Amino acid sequence: MSVQAGRGGERDPNLWRRNVRASKLRERGVTTLFAAFAYLSILTTFGIVLVLIFETINFFRQVPIFDYLFGTTWRPGFARAEFGVLPLIYGTLLTTAIAAAVALPIGLLAAIYLSEYAPTGLRRWLKPALEILAGVPTVVYGYFALTFLTPLLGNVFTGISTFNALSAGLIMGVMIIPTVASVSEDAIYAVPRGLREGGYALGATKREVATRIVVPAALSGIAASFVLGISRAVGETMIVAIAAGNLAQFGGPLESVQTMTAYIVAVSTGETAAGTITYQTIFVVGATLFVMTLILNILSIIFVRRFRETY
Amino acid sequence: MSESQTEVATRGSGPGEPEDKTAFKNTSNNRNLTDKLFTVLVTAAAFFGIVVLAVLLVDVFRDGLPFVDGQFLTSLSSITPENAGVYGALVGSILLIVLTALITVPIGVGAAIYLEEYAGDNFFTRAVEVTISNLAAVPSIIYGILGLGLFVNGLIVPGMGPILLAGALTLSLLVLPVIIIATREALRAVPGSVREGGIALGATRWEVTRDHVLPSALPGALTGMILALSRALGETAPLIVVGAVTFATFAPPISPEALFGRYGALPIQIYDYIQRFRPEFKDELAPAGIVVMMVVLLLVNSVAIVLRNRWQARR
Amino acid sequence: MVNIRRIGEEQRVRETSKDVAKGGAQQTPESNGMTVEDLSAFYGSFKAVTDVNMQIKRNKVTALIGPSGCGKSTYIRCLNRMHEVIPGAYAEGKVALDGQDIYAKGADPVNIRRRIGMVFQKPNPFSKSIYENVAWGAKINGYRGDMDELVERSLKQAALWDEVKDRLKESGYSLSGGQQQRLVIARTLAVEPEVILMDEPASALDPVSTQKIEDTMEDLKKKYTVVIVTHNMQQAARISDYTGFFYIENMGDPGRLWEFDETSKMFSNPDRKETEDYVTGRFG
Repeated sequence: MSVQAGRGGERDPNLWRRNVRASKLRERGVTTLFAAFAYLSILTTFGIVLVLIFETINFFRQVPIFDYLFGTTWRPGFARAEFGVLPLIYGTLLTTAIAAAVALPIGLLAAIYLSEYAPTGLRRWLKPALEILAGVPTVVYGYFALTFLTPLLGNVFTGISTFNALSAGLIMGVMIIPTVASVSEDAIYAVPRGLREGGYALGATKREVATRIVVPAALSGIAASFVLGISRAVGETMIVAIAAGNLAQFGGPLESVQTMTAYIVAVSTGETAAGTITYQTIFVVGATLFVMTLILNILSIIFVRRFRETY
Repeated sequence: MSESQTEVATRGSGPGEPEDKTAFKNTSNNRNLTDKLFTVLVTAAAFFGIVVLAVLLVDVFRDGLPFVDGQFLTSLSSITPENAGVYGALVGSILLIVLTALITVPIGVGAAIYLEEYAGDNFFTRAVEVTISNLAAVPSIIYGILGLGLFVNGLIVPGMGPILLAGALTLSLLVLPVIIIATREALRAVPGSVREGGIALGATRWEVTRDHVLPSALPGALTGMILALSRALGETAPLIVVGAVTFATFAPPISPEALFGRYGALPIQIYDYIQRFRPEFKDELAPAGIVVMMVVLLLVNSVAIVLRNRWQARR
Repeated sequence: MVNIRRIGEEQRVRETSKDVAKGGAQQTPESNGMTVEDLSAFYGSFKAVTDVNMQIKRNKVTALIGPSGCGKSTYIRCLNRMHEVIPGAYAEGKVALDGQDIYAKGADPVNIRRRIGMVFQKPNPFSKSIYENVAWGAKINGYRGDMDELVERSLKQAALWDEVKDRLKESGYSLSGGQQQRLVIARTLAVEPEVILMDEPASALDPVSTQKIEDTMEDLKKKYTVVIVTHNMQQAARISDYTGFFYIENMGDPGRLWEFDETSKMFSNPDRKETEDYVTGRFG
């Protein structure tokens, strides 16, 4: 080695052989490949839309769109089949409303507790513990609603049906609590300290600061959490498929109803040949569900954005 | 509560209003009471979910645990409850999840690296970001419909039928957004100074990412990945739609051939048992299957935690 | 957090060894060191530094001083094309290293940063072992020599060897702040650069560590061209041969190189009043 200790500009070129071309090529290859991976998400979205539209068009060739959207009887697969989607939408809205009645207030109050009241140590384990609630497979919730909650409700409401909207909706609400709580808590936690201190300086109590200053300041973030929670409930499948039943009717909370998702599962468990109109109903109901959740998701993205802009 | 003393200044001291000490004091007491009630309310709300979770776990384990035995774990599905088990479904689920992990981890990490380390702030990147956060909120059953129309029956290319690969691809599309979001967050947590340090030595961006950024981000990303994959393990609806077998009377072979064969899955088997006519299925086999699934989930998640802790200890 | 984005267009580069050979071979006086001509630096539409002209002499220490926010750090980052790593940031003008414009079309920023190393304000060791911290840069630059010897030599030059020779396998984070900064210096030396840029290398350190780093600098200037940004006037006076004073006259203006001369003159008899006010501590 003839080179003197690290003398700048007197590098021994024989000791430094970097394959510049290879590293350039690698850099470009990696960038291209990873960019393709990222754009896969756009492809997926296109895929969803394409698949849904394709069979939906086939469906509407046979069934007038008006009959589908405003018909009040859902009876596919029968000799005199009818394809009015309203009973399914009703079932979805009913179970969603029950779930929202549980999840929205409890989720928001839990978020207030986590952000404003819980000691740091407690908060650190309570949050992940709540997240477990969202990680329990929905088929387990369905089983729990059917075999635990429904008999329990039967003690209060005599004449409750084995499959009913109430039990499914309530358990769905529990499942959604973490979604509402975690998104709300992020929003509440992000409210600047100064606002709280301003409240305290005026002599407000902790509750008054939380409910009259912090919550209003975090309102759009909380709205986002509500919308996201509702979107979850609309798309939730197994709980309602197991516990709410499969009767496409305008039943009360104690009766059996069929949601859009439960219908898709019910058709799918049977062998349905591609190309039949029953097969196409999977896609047309799926498209209806997709549009509903898409609107809700976009709404929640807008709310979140508005919140981020404020703080 | 130190705040309670600060109340001593507001109400009733407005301009023009005469200061009535006694009335003032009463308000304060009422407010104190409301405050205490509110504290109880929010605390109850926060613990409500935990209580329900505890009741659920106790209920399920009490129902199911007595029926989990060697016979149950090693038997295939059967129409006679005494002979029925979850073996075929369990193998199916494990294969599904391994395959899904093999597909999604490289793609998800790659996409996250592109978005976080390479992509500039332009229209396309923003479109990708909005798309990903929307995809993460699309109901899982919609992914099932996508898999049905795209992989199973084929849209532009011919379909592959209701095979394991189609199921894994469907689950992959489902968890990919979650994995990308988790990995991005972990990458974002790596300080920019690390990247600068590497670049200032004459390294390319990929060299810095590969050797410094990614190793630092991986433990954090790993947690998110395992959470996403364990969610996929419990997914039922999309697999039903893409035609997983509800009644697993066979176990897929542990070989590449399995990719192209039919398959069952644990949550679907449970759903099937709940739906059966004979009460033994719903009352004994279904909760036993749930116990097995919950234990598998617990194992997967503990492995994730152990792995992450070891990783962090090493650095 | 600084999120580093893509660095301009990747250009094709000739064989590295040729560039390296050129770096050392040309010894004509006008091509010695670095020449900066009409350099301006931008963050998007905001102009942070304007029209800097400077001759950075080979094997000398050039100090850059001036009040906070007057563009010293931005300027020094332009000298090895680190500035453009910040999204939206770019530079205009000419910076020549031994006669070659580093902003010329076809110049490879990756190779330039190998030749012009940089030490940052806060120590930023990699989360790897001490040994790996030093060896990594050399490894990716294709070093074929004895790595152990290179690591030892670099750590010795950075005056860190004696403190870490028994714990080379330990994480770089196990070191103190001052040791970490010397580790970063060793890491920079290990790729055998020609110029070393230091952006307030001692600002986050205690006085003892600062002293150690100043001592190393004394050695470094025998072999390297050093440019250092500092807030510490005594430090600039002690260690540098040349001093540049950056200044912003009116709020919102871009930073300018107000005066540039030999350090002895800058600290005893500067031409401009603002320089005198600054070096005598009347403001800043």
